[in-house]
Amino acid sequence: MRILISGGRVIDPASGVDEIADVLIEDGIVQSAKCKVQSDSTSHFSLLTSHCIDASGKLVVPGLIDMHVHLREPGHEYKETIQSGCAAAAAGGFTAVCAMPNTHPVNDNRQITEYILNKAKDAGLSRVYPVGAISKGLSGERLSEYGELKDAGVLAISDDGKPVINSRLMRRAMEYAKAFDLLIISHCEDLELATGGVMNEGALATQMGLAGIPNAVESIMVMRDIALCELTGARLHIAHVSTAESVRAIREAKKRGCPVTAETAPHYFMLTEDAVTGYNTHAKMNPPLRSEKDREAIREGLADGTIDAIVTDHAPHSLLEKDTEFDAAANGIIGLETSLGLSLKLVEQGVLSLNTLIEKMSINPARILGVPMGLTVGNPADITIIDPDMAWTVNSEKFRSLSRNTPFNGWELKGQAVYTIVGGKICTT
Amino acid sequence: MQFNKKDILDIASLSCEEIAFILDTADKMKEISQRPVKKVPILRGKTVVLFFYEASTRTRSSFDIAAKRLSADSISLAASSSSISKGESLIDTAKNLQAMNADVIVIRHSASGAPHLLASQLKSGIINAGDGTHAHPTQALLDMMTVREKKGRLKGLRIAIIGDIAHSRVARSNIVGFNKMGAEVVLAGPPTMIPSGVESLGAKVFYDIDRAVEGADVVMMLRIQKERQKNFLFSTEREYAKVFGLNKQRLKRAKSDVIVMHPGPVNWGLEISPEFMESPGSVILDQVENGVAVRMALLYLVAGCTRNADTD
Repeated sequence: MRILISGGRVIDPASGVDEIADVLIEDGIVQSAKCKVQSDSTSHFSLLTSHCIDASGKLVVPGLIDMHVHLREPGHEYKETIQSGCAAAAAGGFTAVCAMPNTHPVNDNRQITEYILNKAKDAGLSRVYPVGAISKGLSGERLSEYGELKDAGVLAISDDGKPVINSRLMRRAMEYAKAFDLLIISHCEDLELATGGVMNEGALATQMGLAGIPNAVESIMVMRDIALCELTGARLHIAHVSTAESVRAIREAKKRGCPVTAETAPHYFMLTEDAVTGYNTHAKMNPPLRSEKDREAIREGLADGTIDAIVTDHAPHSLLEKDTEFDAAANGIIGLETSLGLSLKLVEQGVLSLNTLIEKMSINPARILGVPMGLTVGNPADITIIDPDMAWTVNSEKFRSLSRNTPFNGWELKGQAVYTIVGGKICTT
Repeated sequence: MQFNKKDILDIASLSCEEIAFILDTADKMKEISQRPVKKVPILRGKTVVLFFYEASTRTRSSFDIAAKRLSADSISLAASSSSISKGESLIDTAKNLQAMNADVIVIRHSASGAPHLLASQLKSGIINAGDGTHAHPTQALLDMMTVREKKGRLKGLRIAIIGDIAHSRVARSNIVGFNKMGAEVVLAGPPTMIPSGVESLGAKVFYDIDRAVEGADVVMMLRIQKERQKNFLFSTEREYAKVFGLNKQRLKRAKSDVIVMHPGPVNWGLEISPEFMESPGSVILDQVENGVAVRMALLYLVAGCTRNADTD
């Protein structure tokens, strides 16, 4: 089977391509990524292809990868399933997602990893890269079997949702992970310092009578993990960066040559704590939405390369967990179907070039995870075709996700994925 | 003045005119409580539910008495003896109360914003009887009523609020309320008990209680919860009483006609010296008396508003 994507603006920062070109896919593999534009519709290419996509006016980019997603299966299928999560991912333009291990049971063993991979295969949509647990049961007490996890298909390990409190365990996890070349994804939070906190600490929290979470809750652990990374030489990736202090610490560590990478999410560069006003539980997340100063710092970190990746931290929750007192509400929002539209605003607002945005949503995540990167000939044909001019309104009722917990409902966005192609298979219509 | 608020959620959502109107109404209500027959029929046939998720003596009995003096039918629900203890959610329980045609739901809850959640989803009038560390509007109104009664005005007065500001909904509502009414609010307490950015509510902050008391017309002491020691908010009760407690010596820095207030329950000997139990400047029991009047006024105004809404 051959697919020809013709006449689109092909952007592949991995190979420095940014031009109007055709992309040819054969048997799920990129055959040619820079072939000449075929102006004549009866050309030999068109005759030989079984499917032709006219991408004129569209962006043809390497498939977007979301390194931070909670698919909730097994255990919380009423919030999301691997099937619905992958459908949401494909709708949002993501050809691959990393599934965090805080499921029930926890993904700390071969059986769960294989279960997730089988379910993803059945869904037949976006790829799923399972993330294994750093500690058995996310308990922070002993290491999971990294060798087994790696063998079953895990690319990275994390206790996401919880920090690894014990510095000795984190050190050993980093060292042990080196034997299997596993990436460590760290959820940075000093739980004692955060005790009781439900939103950013500051004047608004004081006015609303909500307990605050100071920035230091995150940056203390970012600095600790950087120190451990320098001690061990492991590959460290800092999850969901939300504060100016964390950005600064990561920037300085990178300057010293520390092998640390970092991600942030659209809500941290689009929103501030003001979204919590009115006790809006759709703006409750961990780390919390921060101040304008932090939002600016996150944007600077994205622009200067301190922050490598844009992720969603897609965290589905049902109405049961959100239609409650603010203190009792679950943390997190969904993001797969809004991430691209929100991130394109960074281009519109002059924070990132289109090329840099594609780096942060595809190339860098691929490099950090160690999976095929860009539209290089011979790579699996994971391609996202984006209509950059399509204006649309976020309507959570229409989401493929089973959950509706988004603070962006009703937002006017511009730019949407029109085709998500995974291994040569078109996963969106 | 037309008062058309369905809910009383916090002081911030009331205008100066509305506050003054509530206080004027409360002044009239107070007279009812001083009659030999303390009952009028103005809320006859109205149902008031007192929905208390947190322990309370003063506020709950005050609301209960207020409702009964206006001839409303009041029922009391405590979290421990209701289906909440079976795990029913707040919003479910409240919707059930509404289905029984409660006209007004008075709610106290440990989570800030809980009354706002109810107000956004229910047709019944909601009165906040204290939510988390956010607001305690009826307490602030009774405090303003008491100060206005003793001083004849609120504008231009210096109000010192001292103690655990961080965990006090009384402090937050009073800062906002007294500010709105033109008074100057100063705060004092150990830095561990001063919440971040509290100046944004309109208050000056001191760590030295003497500087806050200096020239004050009103000194309001807040209750110190002894279990806060576990959260490292203060060292010992002895040191707290010595450094941050109010005593007569310290009060000499205030105006000579200063009044001393406390929302109760009082820890005599901790935040305030027992010297004030019988002191003429202490208005702590006047606050309690005015509490009934303010709650009568609010029940009357809110039930009146929901009644209009029904007939519209």
